[in-house]
Amino acid sequence: MVEFDSVGLRYGPDGEILSDISFNLQPGSFYFLTGPSGAGKTSLLKMLYLAQRPSRGIVRLFGEDLVAMPRQRLPGFRRRIGVVFQDFRLIPHLSARDNIALPLRIAGVSEEDLSGPVGEMLSWIGLSERADARPATLSGGEQQRVAIARAVIARPQLLVADEPTGNVDPEMAMRLLGLFEALNRLGTTVVVATHDIHLISRIDNAQMMRLEKGRLADPTGALRYPPNRA
Amino acid sequence: MIIPRVPVQHRRLLPDRRLSGPTPWVIAILMTLTLLAAAAGIGLARSAGAIGDAIAGRVTVQIVTANPVTRAEQAAALRRAAAAQPYVRTARAVEQAELLATLGQWFGGEDGDDPVLKSLPLPALIDVDFVGGERAGQLDRLRALVAETAPGARIIPHAEWLGPVARLIRSLAWVAGGLVVLMILASAAVVIMTARAALGTHYATIEMLHLIGATDRQIARLFQRRIAIDTAYGIALGSAVAAAILLLIGWQWSRVTAGLAATASLGAAGWALLLALPLLAIALAALTARQTLLAALKKIL
Repeated sequence: MVEFDSVGLRYGPDGEILSDISFNLQPGSFYFLTGPSGAGKTSLLKMLYLAQRPSRGIVRLFGEDLVAMPRQRLPGFRRRIGVVFQDFRLIPHLSARDNIALPLRIAGVSEEDLSGPVGEMLSWIGLSERADARPATLSGGEQQRVAIARAVIARPQLLVADEPTGNVDPEMAMRLLGLFEALNRLGTTVVVATHDIHLISRIDNAQMMRLEKGRLADPTGALRYPPNRA
Repeated sequence: MIIPRVPVQHRRLLPDRRLSGPTPWVIAILMTLTLLAAAAGIGLARSAGAIGDAIAGRVTVQIVTANPVTRAEQAAALRRAAAAQPYVRTARAVEQAELLATLGQWFGGEDGDDPVLKSLPLPALIDVDFVGGERAGQLDRLRALVAETAPGARIIPHAEWLGPVARLIRSLAWVAGGLVVLMILASAAVVIMTARAALGTHYATIEMLHLIGATDRQIARLFQRRIAIDTAYGIALGSAVAAAILLLIGWQWSRVTAGLAATASLGAAGWALLLALPLLAIALAALTARQTLLAALKKIL
């Protein structure tokens, strides 16, 4: 599904932030991306959700080379990826319902066809009663649930979450993780960047990707050559 | 389409703060000035054209023979002879009453009954209009005819004394046209700055829209619509103010009947151009906004 081969990333003339990153993400798998602050987790995620092109190397997503891909083809790929940010990035003047509906509206789904999925999603995250509330009136946990609902409503093949539990209490963190797990069971590949060791231990069969000083630790080669593809 | 159609739900992606910024007001001021400059340019150009047409082929023959009877006979003979020439369109003897009325404006007896005015030895004047063609040759032939029919008469080509005035008016019309172009460029610059400011203000929303798969065209249409509507408000306001000013000036101008001022008017084509300018301005604003937005969005991955 996602293949990084000898990928490097630099901003400006300084040295590389990420060097020689190589891995294969398997469809339907669950990955945790860990590492100390400044290790390059967010930069790696940016390349995963197509907000950043690598400086070198090969990135293949859904079978296509993204490095050389013309810019105008990127939106089609982005619609297959859901992104959850630590700071939620909800659009402040839109209601929870409209924030969640955004990906479907952008994809051209009619109002008639999107009302059902949006209602289901609101119910799934437990915010049906607060559908018309603006983000500023929601708690941190509620905002994060809306952000997750927005990320998954279009049924993405890949879900990328950057410290999704960083701004919520432990109980809410577990609930959010449960949402990711449920989505993963439906076949979505999930990549969650986190510092939270307790969170990692809660998901069976989750694989760990550890970044240190811009390099991916892969001592057994399992990330680059997954067992079922080796 | 000048103002793109955007579904209502998509419009809500930008907060509804219409007319809150300076853009509509700046555009209104520029539009007022543009229309006034355009109206002045059109009026001056038409005036210059009218004067040019009037003077290009007209001469006045002034017969100053001292004997009034001989002078009248020479005038009548010259008028008849000139009218018969193939290169002359019309030849008209200026009536004495017309001369007296004109001079009366300076001598104080416009009805011509002033004894001083009546005692003046007035020349006989023949206005000759040439048909289109080679002016110098026509003038030479008329000179020969005048020398034969009314020796000593003077020929005064109107272009000699009104030509510089017509050229000055034409130059002023070009200046007005230049001002219109400059103000249109200034309006386009305002739209470009507005588009860039809007992108800066809503950068977080744009980034999010990109990440969930919005295309540049989808995002640009949102902003293009907003900018086009704000600009249209400004243009409508500016046009209304300019129309009020022009109608007031037009009403006052309609009372001016004398001299060069009477030749200035907008005409149907001029009014049509003035009406078209606001629509062209809205189209230009929408196009400028679109190109600015697309160029700026291309810099974002």
